[in-house]
Order: sequence, then structure tokens, then C-alpha cells
Amino acid sequence: MRIFVPRDAAARAVGADKVAAAIADAARQQGVAVDIVRTGSRGLFWLEPMVEVATPEGRVAFGPVAPRDVASLMTGRFDPSHPLCLGRPEEIAFLKRQTRLTFARCGIVDPLSLDDYRAHGGWRGLERARSLGPAKTLEEVTKSGLRGRGGAGFPTGIKWKTVADAAADRKYIVCNADEGDSGTYADRMLLEGDPFGLIEGMAIAGLAVGASKGYVYIRSEYPDAVRIMRRAVELSPVDGFEIEVRVGAGAYVCGEETALLESLEGKRGQVRAKPPLPAHKGLFGRPTVINNLISLATVPSILADGAEQYAAFGMGRSRGTMPIQLAGNIRHGGLFETAFGVTLGELVDDIGGGTQSGRPARAVQVGGPLGAYFPRALFDTPFDYEAFAAKDGLIGHGGIVVFDDTVDMAHQARFALEFCAIESCGKCTPCRIGSTRGVETMDKIMRGERPAANLALIADLCQTMKFGSLCALGGFTPYPVMSAIQHFPEDFTRPLRAAAE
Amino acid sequence: MAAWNEAEANDILRRHEGREGPLLPILHDVQEAFGCVPAEAVPFIAHALNLSRAEVHGVVSFYHDFRHAPAGRHVLKLCRAEACQSMNAESVAESVLDHFGLDWGGTTPDGRLTVEATYCLGLCACAPSAMLDGEPMARLTSACVEEIAREVGR
Ligand SMILES: Cc1cc2nc3c(=O)[nH]c(=O)nc-3n(C[C@H](O)[C@H](O)[C@H](O)COP(=O)(O)O)c2cc1C
Ligand code: SF4
Ligand code: FES
Ligand code: FES
Repeated sequence: MRIFVPRDAAARAVGADKVAAAIADAARQQGVAVDIVRTGSRGLFWLEPMVEVATPEGRVAFGPVAPRDVASLMTGRFDPSHPLCLGRPEEIAFLKRQTRLTFARCGIVDPLSLDDYRAHGGWRGLERARSLGPAKTLEEVTKSGLRGRGGAGFPTGIKWKTVADAAADRKYIVCNADEGDSGTYADRMLLEGDPFGLIEGMAIAGLAVGASKGYVYIRSEYPDAVRIMRRAVELSPVDGFEIEVRVGAGAYVCGEETALLESLEGKRGQVRAKPPLPAHKGLFGRPTVINNLISLATVPSILADGAEQYAAFGMGRSRGTMPIQLAGNIRHGGLFETAFGVTLGELVDDIGGGTQSGRPARAVQVGGPLGAYFPRALFDTPFDYEAFAAKDGLIGHGGIVVFDDTVDMAHQARFALEFCAIESCGKCTPCRIGSTRGVETMDKIMRGERPAANLALIADLCQTMKFGSLCALGGFTPYPVMSAIQHFPEDFTRPLRAAAE
Repeated sequence: MAAWNEAEANDILRRHEGREGPLLPILHDVQEAFGCVPAEAVPFIAHALNLSRAEVHGVVSFYHDFRHAPAGRHVLKLCRAEACQSMNAESVAESVLDHFGLDWGGTTPDGRLTVEATYCLGLCACAPSAMLDGEPMARLTSACVEEIAREVGR
């Protein structure tokens, strides 16, 4: 029997290793030969640990499996009549409704098997890029409409073109796998579930711009991902492009591209003033492509199947698919890769199944700690860069964090400022000092001290941070703060509430 | 965990010879070997890399990961970021801290456990989450205190 058990960190966190061990034990006791393959996760986290078994009709899934379920599963040889049987994984609505391009292999293949990688379409993109040559490869990426998935949504093709056109003795490809935004885990899943996909994407980038060295900068909070990626680099058969894995050291701001480059150079992770752009003077002063992991890992499928096919998905200027990550207080938390255009309400209520607590969803933070809080009244907003910007929000790296009606939005606004104070790189005063003043002012508001005057002070401070900060840490912290105040004003008038209680 | 010694530090430096921008990888290895970045390491690394002490100190102090003194024998990192907040991470954290009589960043008097705050472990669909000695844990409840206590032997 061939049995698939995820080795994804989130699956391990809920017991996947114990399940795998229990299966091996039971197999020994029952004298059955089993081949346990550790895969990435399919991203249906409420069903993890989700175990799959190979059958002549394809795989059949079971979940969530606890170690105590293994005895009955094994005795019945994973019979589909078992109460935990989910049927064919591809038929589970949450998966069936997705368009998996970037995550096509994740959760299916053994992440460190080169045979699996090739058998599931691996290397086709790089092979086509090699036959097209650098200029045509670049053109494909531009035509696909791919925009950076790290948050800013900058067109990837234009960034690459700038580096391709720069003359230099060396150029670099840097993969930003710092993924610090709460509510996001797409980079982690891909590192753990399909690392060769990233290697292929980076090699294509190297070919397109004329770089032969790449760095993958992974945050230290992801030890499993570091281990798997390092092993994948050792196994990589790609000639002429060398990759080195580097590990961060617990600084959120190092996800900002220039701070990340400083960190790679061995310095404090402080943000650089632009210009010069990294594309002109990046790592060690050389022209550098720095992209989010998902941007890079999407390139192989664009090259393999053509720019038109990718660009056919999406809406407006947001082309292709986005791996949206449903998180927090949500019934069906997981990775949902889909064409741009799906509404926030569909994502939360329909696909996500509402809150896990069963209480009404009240606020949804989209795009990480620098993203705005959306009330139900804005649930008709389509998932699209421009549509979210028009509502004073952002989609960021695609994380959606749901809160039920027990949330205190004053507390959330205070946390946004506190997080900025903790993580500020210290370079600009509005961010470094302003955030701390903001926390103090929020404390007063929460105690009921002159709320109107103090809220005006917060609004003023947010203006200063927005326009006086060098990077988006200071510049975007006003989004969660002001959206909380604007959409949930009742949470900021404590005396009334205190009197009522 | 070894006490600071220059022979081992030299081994680490040698492993990173020829690497571009080697300071962070070196500091990670130093902390792995000695449990922290000891004060003696700063001038030693500065000298080897031709940097000033202030530069190396500046880097060590910038990053949350690097410690001046070793942590307890077990390190529990509890996530305090938004997705975990939405699933009552703060009340779980309170139970854990209460049980061990600790504040954030504190170590039990017997040196058994250090509890630290962290901001997102990428386990946000299974919140609240934590990491114990590098091993991920998720869907925590206040009842998990017992399990953590068992794991660290208290
Ligand atoms: C404070 C801060 C944190 C950031 N964190 C990340 C991150 O963790 N991952 C990421 O890809 N981009 C992050 N970014 C965005 C990067 O600066 C940059 O836009 C991105 O790496 C470019 O890649 P892309 O064009 O492929 O999105 C961050 C930006 C700021 C201001
Ligand atoms: S806004 Fe904050 S994090 Fe960004 S450069 Fe300024 S001080 Fe540093
Ligand atoms: S917010 Fe806690 S794991 Fe992401
Ligand atoms: S950590 Fe809660 S049951 Fe294991």
C-alpha cells in the first residue's frame, strides 16, 4: 500500500508525524507492506492530518486522522466506508473550486523526489525558456501580467527587464521568503511541499536577466522549510545557476527588500533609501532581481503553458491566480489558489465556511499586519489589487485573518501600533517614535480618557506616519489603525461601554 | 552546549571562509554552538571579518534572535500575532505563563524553560500556535499546558 502523509509544518503541528509512525507500527504488526510517502500539504488545514492512499482509481483521502484512528484505518485497509473517508481529494469542494497553477504539485509529490517533480510537469518551463532565449523569456513574463506577490504588486516583467538591461560583472536573483505577515503561509507551504518549483523559477529568472547566483532568504521561524530547501538545493540538477539558502534572524522589517539585502550583506536590517533601485544597485552593489517566493515559483507554469494561458485568468490589471490564505477564526482554514476577482464575502462565508467559533464574523484583516480591517459591509470587494486599494486596503501577500464578534477593535488598533514599535528598523522618526506615542495614546482611549481628542491625535499621527516614513512599515501601519477606527467606531468610545457594563 | 572557546569559534569562521556577507550565518552558528552570542565573540568575529566591534555589536543587537546569555534548556515560542489572537492565543499564553510563573522572555529558576513571544509561525490556519524547541504545535488550548509541562519535564 502506498500511503501519503504530509510533512508540512502545520500538519506536523497537529500530529502528522505521530500518525505516520502509527501507520508504520500497524503495518509491521499486521505484516502489511506499506510505502509511506511524506508530501507537502494540500492546504486543507481543518482536515489535517489528511492521509491519502493510492488506489487503482486514484488517491482517496482520510482526515482529520488522529493516531487512535490508525488501527481501524489499517484493519480496514483504508476502506472508503471508514467514517473519516473524504473520497477523492480533487473532488473535495474546497480543492475542486481552485485553479492550482503555482500550487499544482504541492501536497501531491514527495518534495525531494526529482522523479516526482519531472513526472508532474517539472522543468518544462525552464526547458522552454532555454529554447526561447533570454529576451523572449522576459517577454513571456511581461505578457503574462504577473505582478509581485510580496505585497506591492509591481509588474515582474518590468523589474526583470531593468536588471537585464543593466550592465554589470555579476547580477543576483534574490528570493524573498521572509513571509512575516500574520495570516500568510503560502511561501512556507511551497518551500516544504515543492521546493524544486522555486529552484526552477529562480533559474528561469537567472536565464532571463543574465544572473548565475541566487539567494533564498528564509525567516528563522521556518526551520522545516530551511531544512527541506537546503536539501533540495543539494539535489538540484540545474547547471549554471547556483543557489544558497540564508536564514533570517527574527526581524519583520527584513522582508522589506532593501533591508533584506542589507541583512544578506551581513548588516543591520535597515531600509535603504531609493533610488538606487535594487534592480540597478542591489546586493553587493550589483543589479539584483528581488522577488517574493510566489512570484518566482509561478514563473515555471507561465513559461510551460504560455503567457496567454496565465493572463486569461483574473480581472482588470490583476492577471492570473493568487494563492489566498484563509486564517484565524475560520472554519475551513487553508490555501485557496484562484483567479483574481473572487469577493471577500465568498472567501470568508462560502469557501471558508464562516468562523470556527460559530459566532458572526465581524472583522477581517486582509494583507497582514499592515493591511486594513474590513467590516461585513465591504464583503463585496473583489480580490484584486486596485479594488482593495480603492477601499483603503491592500491584498498584500494574500492573507485573510477572520475575527468573530468578540474582537475588540481598539485592542487590534493598539496592537498594530505596538507591532510597528517592536519591528521598526529605527531609521525614521515617525515610525520609530510615532508608533510608541500611538500605543500610549491608544491606551488612553481604551481607558476612556478624552476619546475624541485622543482619536484626533491618532488620526494626525497616522497622517505623519503615512507621509513621513521611508518604507511601508511606518507608512502602512495607519491602514489597520484607521480602518479599525473608521469601520468600528463603537469600539473606541470606552466610557459609554464601561458605563453599560 | 559548549562554553565559549576560540578553537570552536575558529572552526565556525573557517566554515564560512569565502562566503559573501558571512556575518549572519556565522552568528547563527555561534549561537548554535554556545547557546548565545557571548560578549567575547563580538571582538573575535570583528577582528576576523575586518569589521569594527561596534558594527558587529550593532548587528547582534538588531536581530531579535540573537541572545546575550543562553536560554533555558527548553524554549517555547508562543505566537502573539493577529491570526492567533483571533483564536484566543492571549488566554492560552496567560495559562502557560501562569503555570510556570513566568513573564514574557522569562526563564524558570531551574533553567528548564524559557517562554518567548513570536509573531507568526506560518501555522495561522491552525491557530493558536507555538514552537517548542523548534517543533511546531498548533490548535492549542489552555489544556495544552499539561502537555507542554510533560514535554519539558515539569
Ligand atoms: C515591512 C515590510 C515587510 C515586507 N515583508 C515582505 C515579505 O516578508 N515577503 C515579501 O515577499 N515581500 C515583503 N515586503 C515587500 C518587499 O519589500 C518587496 O516589495 C518584494 O519582495 C518584491 O517582490 P515582488 O515584486 O515579487 O512582490 C515587505 C515590505 C515591507 C515594507
Ligand atoms: S518606516 Fe520604520 S521600518 Fe521603514 S525605514 Fe522608516 S523606521 Fe525603518
Ligand atoms: S499568526 Fe500565529 S502562526 Fe501566524
Ligand atoms: S499541544 Fe495541545 S494537545 Fe498537544
